[in-house]
Amino acid sequence: MSIILPGAAQPPRTLREAFPANWTVRALWLGLALYVIYAAGILQITWARFIIGLDQGGKFLGRMWPPNMQAQKVQLITEGMLESLQIAVLATAFGVLLALPLGLLAARNLTPAWASWTARALIALLRTFHPVIVAILFVKAVGFGALAGVLALVVASMGFVGKLFAEAIEEISMKQVEAVRATGAGFLSVLIMGVLPQVMARFVGFIIYQLDSNLRNSTMVGIVGGGGIGATLFTAYQRFDYDVVLTILLVIIAIIMLFEVVSTRIRRVFQ
Amino acid sequence: MTTAEPLARSATGNGGEPHVSPRDVVIRGLRKEYRAGQPVLIDVNVTIAGKGLTAIIGPSGTGKSTLIRCINRLVDPTSGQILFMGRDLATLKGGELRSARRTIGMVFQEYNLVERLSVIENLLCGRLGYMPWWRVFLRRFSEADVQRAFALLEAVGLGEMATRRADALSGGQRQRVGICRAIMQNPDLILADEPTSSLDPKTSVEIMEILERLAADRDIPVVVNIHNVELAKRFADRIIGMSKGVIVFDGPPSALEDRHLIEIYGGQGWLEP
Repeated sequence: MSIILPGAAQPPRTLREAFPANWTVRALWLGLALYVIYAAGILQITWARFIIGLDQGGKFLGRMWPPNMQAQKVQLITEGMLESLQIAVLATAFGVLLALPLGLLAARNLTPAWASWTARALIALLRTFHPVIVAILFVKAVGFGALAGVLALVVASMGFVGKLFAEAIEEISMKQVEAVRATGAGFLSVLIMGVLPQVMARFVGFIIYQLDSNLRNSTMVGIVGGGGIGATLFTAYQRFDYDVVLTILLVIIAIIMLFEVVSTRIRRVFQ
Repeated sequence: MTTAEPLARSATGNGGEPHVSPRDVVIRGLRKEYRAGQPVLIDVNVTIAGKGLTAIIGPSGTGKSTLIRCINRLVDPTSGQILFMGRDLATLKGGELRSARRTIGMVFQEYNLVERLSVIENLLCGRLGYMPWWRVFLRRFSEADVQRAFALLEAVGLGEMATRRADALSGGQRQRVGICRAIMQNPDLILADEPTSSLDPKTSVEIMEILERLAADRDIPVVVNIHNVELAKRFADRIIGMSKGVIVFDGPPSALEDRHLIEIYGGQGWLEP
């Protein structure tokens, strides 16, 4: 028995296309391009308007420099920044703690359908609103200050990290889990020895990512009354103290960069 | 704690051998349908002797794997009985099922070690059925278990590897760790699902030798799914041949003839002339 390969002797009956045109995809791209043009027209975003904007921006930057380094301002900024840091760390700690069981419940390969769908619905709800909107809600609910900021970021962390946890757990090798289950281990022991080792490194990555994200967001919840550097920043804007604004922005940049370095090291430890 | 020969069961000295061993696995009317109306196992009736190495041979997709997974209930049978050590494994639930499972060791085709755990942790996984979860969480395994795990690793020539991560091992080494994990359970029965299919011929023989020795030294039944007929004939005390969800041969290796193999695997072009 031999396999007959197509050769020159038998030309193909019809020419076949390797890359047939996909008209649906083309129509979608065309639609997107048309909508962009339409939206720009409606919002009156024109080149002339852009030039005026650039001019304004130049003056603004001129008023920012040099950054304000008065002792009194620096102290104010330090206090605000420390509060932001505390908000970020607390929110990450509690958010992750709550996201663990939530993500586990949402993982469809380990929990029955009713549990995973309930958990998934909750995660979707937590992720619906931007942290600033949630922060406004909490400021109204529990009053001004850091507590509202922490609560808002806990909600954001639960939703985001919970979803990432669930997805990581769904990608694990069930063969390893099956082997641990076959030893007669109970559910929690299976989680600890069969599931956790497979996802731990990724979990640490998610937690660091969320802390990073919370650091940024903690500078923002203050704008709506949730405590931290955001309040100071907002006041400086409103008082046209653009040199103070620049100092604050530089401090935030420095902290985010510093954390970038630290997080790379932490990740390496948990590899 | 006596570990003169760690592969051996600690001496209990049951000299007089009864003709019916409590470690017999009695399977009655076992049926499994993953999809209703399409049985993978069709009313299997067989008694697997409570000692020695039993090989189950048959083509892929014939229900070998399902059969042994029904025994430790990684697969739930649709109907039938599996009697072992005075219990019907087919109907066990919750805690009872877990306590039955911890006395049944399982060895897998792809080893199924927890890749990111160390070798010694993988061995100690065999003790999970005997301890509460919080001790597992704190890694507070009993000193006796830990020492026994080290001794077992030495016995299979992997003493140096104890603290290495499982994913650093070769296939043959992993399978030995897989077997040690099963031994750590103090099993009354060992199930091996294609334990040599991912290994080279030489390592396959070494693994089969370990399983054979395990059955003899500890006087427990070892059930091996295997599609390599030569290995089955060489190591098994008894061979069960399956085809399309039913048992078509059951007897000693010496009784296995070409006509049986043709019935089990179909065709005959693959047989040596």
